[in-house]
Amino acid sequence: MQRGPSESLLHQHMASVLSSLSVCPLSLCRIMKVKVLSRNPDDYVRETKLDIQRVPRNYDPTLHPFEVSREYTRALNATKLDRVFAKPFLASLDGHRDGVNCMAKHTTSLSTLLSGSCDGEVRVWNLSKRECGRTLQAHEGFVRGMVVRFCGTSFFTVGDDKTIKQWKMETPGYGEEEEPLNTILGKTVFTGLDHHRKDAVFATCGQQVDIWDEQRSSPIRSFTWGVDSFSSVSFNPVETELLASCASDRSIVLYDMRESAPLKKVIMTMRSNTLCWNPMEAYYFTSSNEDYNLYTYDMRYLDRPITVHMDHVSAVLDVDYSPTGKEFVSASFDKTVRIFPKDGGHSREVYHTKRMQHVICVKWSADNKYILSGSDEMNIRLWKANASEKLGVLAPRERESRNYSQKLKEKFQHHPQIRRITHHRHLPKNVYHQSKELRIMKEARRRKYANVRKHSKPGTVPVVSEKAKHVVTVVK
Amino acid sequence: MAVPGEASVDESHVGENKTPPGRYWKEKQEEGKDGQQTEQTLQQKKKKKQKAKKRKQKEDQRDGKKFISGKSDPFPGPAPIPEDRVQKFKRKDKIKKPPHQHYKLRDVIARSEEASEMAQKQAARFDLLLPEDAGFLEGDEDEDTCTISQEDIAGAVDITSGAKYFNLKLPQFGPYRLDYSKTGRHLLLGGRRGHVSCIDWQSKQLMCEINVMESVNDVKWLHSETMYAVAQKKWLYIYDSNGIELHCIRKFNDVLRMQFLPYHFLLATASATSFLQYLDVSVGKEVAAICTKTGRLDVMCQNPHNAIIHLGHHNGTVTLWSPNQKEALVKMLCHQGGVRSVTVDKTGTYMVTSGMDKKLKVFDIRTFKPLKSYFLPAGASSLSLSQRGLLSAATGDIVQVYRDVWSTPVTKPYMAHRVRGTAWGLHFCPFEDVLGVGHGEGFTSMLVPGAGEPNFDGLDANPYRSAKQRQEWEVKALLEKIQPELISLDPSELGRVDHATFEQRHQDRVQALGFDPLAKEKFVPKYKKKGRSSAGNVEKRKKQVAHEDQRDVIRKTVEDKMKMEKEKKQREKKAAVLSNQRSALDRFKK
Repeated sequence: MQRGPSESLLHQHMASVLSSLSVCPLSLCRIMKVKVLSRNPDDYVRETKLDIQRVPRNYDPTLHPFEVSREYTRALNATKLDRVFAKPFLASLDGHRDGVNCMAKHTTSLSTLLSGSCDGEVRVWNLSKRECGRTLQAHEGFVRGMVVRFCGTSFFTVGDDKTIKQWKMETPGYGEEEEPLNTILGKTVFTGLDHHRKDAVFATCGQQVDIWDEQRSSPIRSFTWGVDSFSSVSFNPVETELLASCASDRSIVLYDMRESAPLKKVIMTMRSNTLCWNPMEAYYFTSSNEDYNLYTYDMRYLDRPITVHMDHVSAVLDVDYSPTGKEFVSASFDKTVRIFPKDGGHSREVYHTKRMQHVICVKWSADNKYILSGSDEMNIRLWKANASEKLGVLAPRERESRNYSQKLKEKFQHHPQIRRITHHRHLPKNVYHQSKELRIMKEARRRKYANVRKHSKPGTVPVVSEKAKHVVTVVK
Repeated sequence: MAVPGEASVDESHVGENKTPPGRYWKEKQEEGKDGQQTEQTLQQKKKKKQKAKKRKQKEDQRDGKKFISGKSDPFPGPAPIPEDRVQKFKRKDKIKKPPHQHYKLRDVIARSEEASEMAQKQAARFDLLLPEDAGFLEGDEDEDTCTISQEDIAGAVDITSGAKYFNLKLPQFGPYRLDYSKTGRHLLLGGRRGHVSCIDWQSKQLMCEINVMESVNDVKWLHSETMYAVAQKKWLYIYDSNGIELHCIRKFNDVLRMQFLPYHFLLATASATSFLQYLDVSVGKEVAAICTKTGRLDVMCQNPHNAIIHLGHHNGTVTLWSPNQKEALVKMLCHQGGVRSVTVDKTGTYMVTSGMDKKLKVFDIRTFKPLKSYFLPAGASSLSLSQRGLLSAATGDIVQVYRDVWSTPVTKPYMAHRVRGTAWGLHFCPFEDVLGVGHGEGFTSMLVPGAGEPNFDGLDANPYRSAKQRQEWEVKALLEKIQPELISLDPSELGRVDHATFEQRHQDRVQALGFDPLAKEKFVPKYKKKGRSSAGNVEKRKKQVAHEDQRDVIRKTVEDKMKMEKEKKQREKKAAVLSNQRSALDRFKK
C-alpha cells in the first residue's frame, strides 16, 4: 500500500512568488522543504466488511493520560462485577436418607464421588450428570471413613460395626449381589481410614492407629501413645511412609510407618478433628480444631503453628486442600464452608445456604474447580471454588480480559474501597452476630492482658503471640 | 595421511603443559607459540573471572549461539533499542531493594520490575515501527520559514493536504469561536451572533447548521461528535449533531468559556458571575459549583495531564481549580495587568500565558516557576498549543506560530499568517497539521507542518473510526469514567503508598497493642550445644551483634557527613567561580 508523505523539493515560478503576500520580493527562485501529515485512509480502514476493523496503536504515555486513575476505575469495576457474578452454588445431590458423614474423591475419575451416610449407606455419584449411579448398604450404623485405592478400581469403607470392607468400584452386573471384595472384622470401632499412595497398605484409626496390609486380616503395625481414641488419620502424599493422626487428648501425632513407635506429637488447647496435608508442600499440614480455628503446622517445627486461620464461629469439622496447595476449604458446625489461602489468617470466601445444616465433610475436586460439601441434612452440595468464575471454555479474548482484570484487582487490592468490596460477604444472621460477639470477647481479653502487662513489673508478663497461645507442648 | 614432519608442527592433543622437545629449526616458531599460549591462558583467566562475575552476563554470552559449522551469530543477543525510546516509556525509577529479611517483598519487587522493564522494551520496540512521521517545514539557507505563505505550502504539498488550507467566508454572524472534536475529524463553529454549525471539515460536509437567535459565547464538543454544548446569552444548551436541542441547563447561566474533560466526562464552565461549574455529562448532574469571587471569567483552559482548570483573571493572576475544593489550589501572579489567554501543553509541564502587558510567558507548572518571558509588540489575544508543542498566538488579525518556546529563547516565529478579521478563537486540530482560526470574517484552516501527533492510538481517539467502533468506544469510555474526586494536581498520586496514613495507623496499633509489632527484636543468642553456650560465649556473641549494629549506625552517619561535605564543597566552588568573574564595577576598585 502506498502512502503519500508529500515531501517535495520545489522550485517555484516567479509569478507564484509574487502572488503570495509574505514572500520577500528579492528572492526570485526559492527552495523549501515541506511535509504535512497526510494519511492514506486505506491504511486505517478495513478493506471489506468481512474484515475486522483495524486498530492502530501508539503506546506513547502522553497520549494516554490518567493511566493510574483509569486503571483504578477498571479495577474497581472488575471487583464490582466479581461480586455481581458471584454465584457459587451449582447443584445439590440428594438421595441419602441420613446425614452425610464422609466423602471420598475418586483417584482417577474426576466425575465420580463417593459418599457415606450415618445410616451405613454408601452412594457413588456421577458429578457430570449430577445423579447417583450406585447405592449400597455398606455398614450397620455410621459409615465412618472411606477411601479410594490409588489405582481407582476399589474402595475401602469402615463403619461403626467394627468392620473394614473393600468394594469394587465397578457396578455389579445384572443379577449379581452387591458384595464386598473383602471384609475384615476388627476388635474395636474404627473412626477413620486412609490408604497409602503407592503400596497395598492402608491405615485405620480408632482406639489405636493400625497399619494394615491389604492381603492380611490383622494389622501389621499398631501405634498407641497413651491415648484412648483417634478421630482421623492421613498419609503424607509425598513422604509416603509418614502419617499423621488427630487424637482425642487434644494432640496431633506423627508416625513413620517403618518405625515401631510414633515420631512426635503436639498437644494443643483443644481437640483437632481432622487434618489434611498440603499436596504441594507436603511438610505442611492443616488441622481443623474444636476451638473454631484451623492451624497450619510445619511438621518439622511443631512448637508453634505457621498460621492460625480464624473466621469460623463454631467447631471446624473437616478440611481439604486444593490440588495446587495454595488454598484449602473447611467445613464447620456453624453451617458454613469457608475457603482460606494457605498463608492467610482469614478466609477469602464463605459459602452458606438457608437450608444447609452442619457441614460434616468437605472435599476440593482434583481439577481445582469445584468444592463438595456434605452436610447433616442429607445433601451433598456442589460449589464453584472461585465464586465468580465462568464455567466452560473461555474464548481467547475472554481469557485475556479476565487475566487483565485479575492483575488489576491484585494491583489495587489494598485501596480501601476495593478492599471493602472484595471483603464484603453476606452472612447468616447468627453467624454475623456470633462473629461480632467473638470479636468483642477477644478484644476484651486482649485489653485485659495488655492492662495486666502495663501494671506489672516490666518483664514479668511476657507478650504471648496468637500462634503460641494454642500450643500446650510438643512431645517427642 | 599426514606427513610426519608436518605432524610435529601441529599442536599436540596431550596437554598444554607438555612442551614438545626443542628443535633448533623451530626456535622462532616456538617463541611465537609461547606468546600465543600466554595469550590463551590470559583469556582463560579472564573467562574464569567473567564466570564468577554474574549469571546474567553468562546468559548474555549464551545468546550468541554457536552453529555446528563453527560459525557464531554476528549479532548475538536481542536487537538493541535506542536509549531515548526506552526512556520515553519509563514510568518511574527503580526501587531500592529492601533488606534480606523481607525476602518475599524483594521477590515481588524483582518480579514486577522485570515485568515493567519488559513492557518498556516492548513498547520501545513497537515505537520504532510506527508508520507515520511528523511533518516539518524548512526554508532555504537564509530564509525564514515565517515568510512562507500558506498558498505556497498548500501548493507544494499533495492535493489532500492542500485542501486542508481553506477559508470560510462568514462575515454575517462573526466573530467565530471554534472547537475540534477529540479525534480531529469534526469542527464546530459558533458565531457571536448566533450561528452554530458543525462540519466534517476534511470532507467539507456540513453536518448541521442552526442559528440560535441569541449571542453565542462559546462552543464545545462533548465526548463524541454526536453532541455539543453551546454557551448562549443566558443558559447553557446541549445540541446533537443534527442541530436538535437536547437540553437547556438553567443551572448554568451566563457561561463565557467552557472546557470538556474527556476522561472524566465533565464539562467545566466559567461564567460572567465568576462561577466555575462542573457538569457531569454522563449522568447530567452538576458535580460542583465554585464561586471564585474574582469577577468575570473569560480566560480558561484545562491541563490535559491532570484535568485541573486554569483560570486567568483581570488582576494578572492565574488560578488552578479542581472540583473537590472550594478554594483555588494555586494562585500565580503571572502578569502586570490582566491575563488575556492561558494554555497548557499536553504533558502538563508548561503553561503559556499572555497578558495585557503584551508579554508572553512560559511557566513550569510542576514547580510554578517562570521559565521564559517574551515581549510581543501587539500582545496575544488568544493562545493554543499543539500536540507536538507548537504555540500559536493571535495578535490582532495575524496568527503567529512559535516553536520550542520553553527550551530555547525564540526570536522569530515559525510561521505567520494574516487572516481577514480579528482572530477570536484558535485551535490546533488533533492528529493533523492544521490550525483552525475563527475570526471576524469567518473561519480559516491553516496548514502548520509539524503540529499534530502523527500516530494516533486506535483505542483512544481514532479519526477513522466507524459508527460501530465509536459506539463501542463510548461504552468502554463510560465504563472507565474517572470519578471527579480523583482529580488532583498529581494524577499518579493514586498509585503511591500513603505513608502518612500508614504511620497514623501504626501509631494507633502500637497504642492498642501496648507494644510495637514492627520494632526491631532484641537479639537473643541461639542455644548451642557442646559447651558453646557458656556465659562468656553468649556474651561474646551478643557483643558481636551489638558491634555490627553500631557499625551500621556509624557507617550511615559517616556517609551523611561525606554527602554534606561534598555539597558544601560544591557550593563553595560555585561561589568561588562566581566571585572570580570580573564584574563591570571591578574597574573602580583600587
